[in-house]
Amino acid sequence: MRRLTALVALAILTVAGCGGRASDTPTGTVTVLAAASLTESFTQIGKDFEKANPGVRVRFSFGGSSTLAQQITSGAPADVFAAASPATMKQVTEAGLAAGPADTFARNQLVIAVPKGNPKRIVGLADLTRPGTKVALCAATVPCGATAATALGAAGVTVTPVTLERDVRAALAKVRLGEVDAALVYRTDARAAAAQVDGVEFPESTKAVNDYPIVALRTGPNPAGAKLFVAYAKSEAAAAVLTHDGFQRP
Amino acid sequence: MRGASSAPTGRIPVALALPAAAGLTFLVLPLVGLLTRTPWSDLPARLAAPGVLDALRLSLGTATAATVVSVILGVPLAWLLARSSFPGRRVVRALVTLPLVLPPVVGGVALLLVFGRRGLLGGWLENAFGVTVPFSTTAVVLAEAFVAMPFLVISVEGALRAADARYEEAAATLGATPWTAFRRITLPLVLPGLAAGTVLCWARALGEFGATITFAGNFPGRTQTMPLAVYLALESDPAAAIVLSLLLLVVSVAILAGLRERWMSVP
Repeated sequence: MRRLTALVALAILTVAGCGGRASDTPTGTVTVLAAASLTESFTQIGKDFEKANPGVRVRFSFGGSSTLAQQITSGAPADVFAAASPATMKQVTEAGLAAGPADTFARNQLVIAVPKGNPKRIVGLADLTRPGTKVALCAATVPCGATAATALGAAGVTVTPVTLERDVRAALAKVRLGEVDAALVYRTDARAAAAQVDGVEFPESTKAVNDYPIVALRTGPNPAGAKLFVAYAKSEAAAAVLTHDGFQRP
Repeated sequence: MRGASSAPTGRIPVALALPAAAGLTFLVLPLVGLLTRTPWSDLPARLAAPGVLDALRLSLGTATAATVVSVILGVPLAWLLARSSFPGRRVVRALVTLPLVLPPVVGGVALLLVFGRRGLLGGWLENAFGVTVPFSTTAVVLAEAFVAMPFLVISVEGALRAADARYEEAAATLGATPWTAFRRITLPLVLPGLAAGTVLCWARALGEFGATITFAGNFPGRTQTMPLAVYLALESDPAAAIVLSLLLLVVSVAILAGLRERWMSVP
């Protein structure tokens, strides 16, 4: 249902953005499908981009990287894809839908998200195995779950979560609601929820760094605008926004 | 289509037949899409994959439990709405149908705000009884009952309104207590409506997704029902998701058809 709504929205946006197709200077609307963890950063970057390129508008659709990849391979009319993992990007590039090779524009690491003030005094991954500690992880099929599995493997820790959430924001929501004591989420997600959540850094996170690739899509309705946005996302100005939000440079 | 059954009317008016055919096509076409993309060759291997049977068993079990809860609580509620008059009955009916219009995800959040650790009742339940509801199979049943019970209440209430109340009055004049009249007269009268409502309720509970994943989370064998398994399989392996959807469809259609034979053998 959510996917259908997104597709319908995209179709409408695409029709609205068709004005820029004929001319050489990019105009019209660029439709960007981006990983949920990029929500805050890309919203800001989109505003900056529109200011730097008058006449071009950016429309975002944020969601789980795998869902977005599927929307693209099913023919969603999108111009740019920014994924939270190379694996999800590969689904799009291997389908021959990318205009060029994907480039890594940001990296992200995991932290342990705990309720503000860290009431259970969690300082490392080993604390997640304590009896009575409720942990939410992402399902192994989504990027944050795969990254968490790598980090836990590196630490030699086996955690029994109470739930395997569908995406990183859903895992974080369980911490924000106070239903779990900890969740493994990206540093950027913990930072975005700083009012209710503390992010506990742990050393093993460096062994499970997530690369964020971006690519212009061959099949999109606004190829010129797509190229322009991808270039902007890799610029100094965008990097400043991304680092401010907790991402690392590639 | 013509002459396929011994319909009492002779000709089907075109004004009805055309939209009816279009409606049927619209409902069945997605199913055809599912069937055309089903990986038939490795179907047995995929059905035997670990977790598939667990999810199916959990789905059937929780949907049935949610239906039982809905019948026990919903039938009296329907009776109250149909047979008694009290101030604010319209408001009560609107409240009963609320879960129908509420997005299930919102229902899930609302349930967390009641039964969660920081919820209205959840904190007390944990302190007094050591019971935590979220992330348990109980939470799945509660989420499903919350979303599905209105279907039952509405069906039964409709049946009660259609049933002739004079039989109950006659029973009362013959000395039957209201409870006996309800049990011996009312219930048999509305049985077809109750059966239809129960089936609708069960089917809705079986397909429940939003409230379940929000309130009960997702953990294989404990809270991962078929719809949740389908959603998560879609993230990584669309073919597996199609197989799971197909399995859920086949099993539920088989059960519903079986029940129809047994229960609704009304001529």
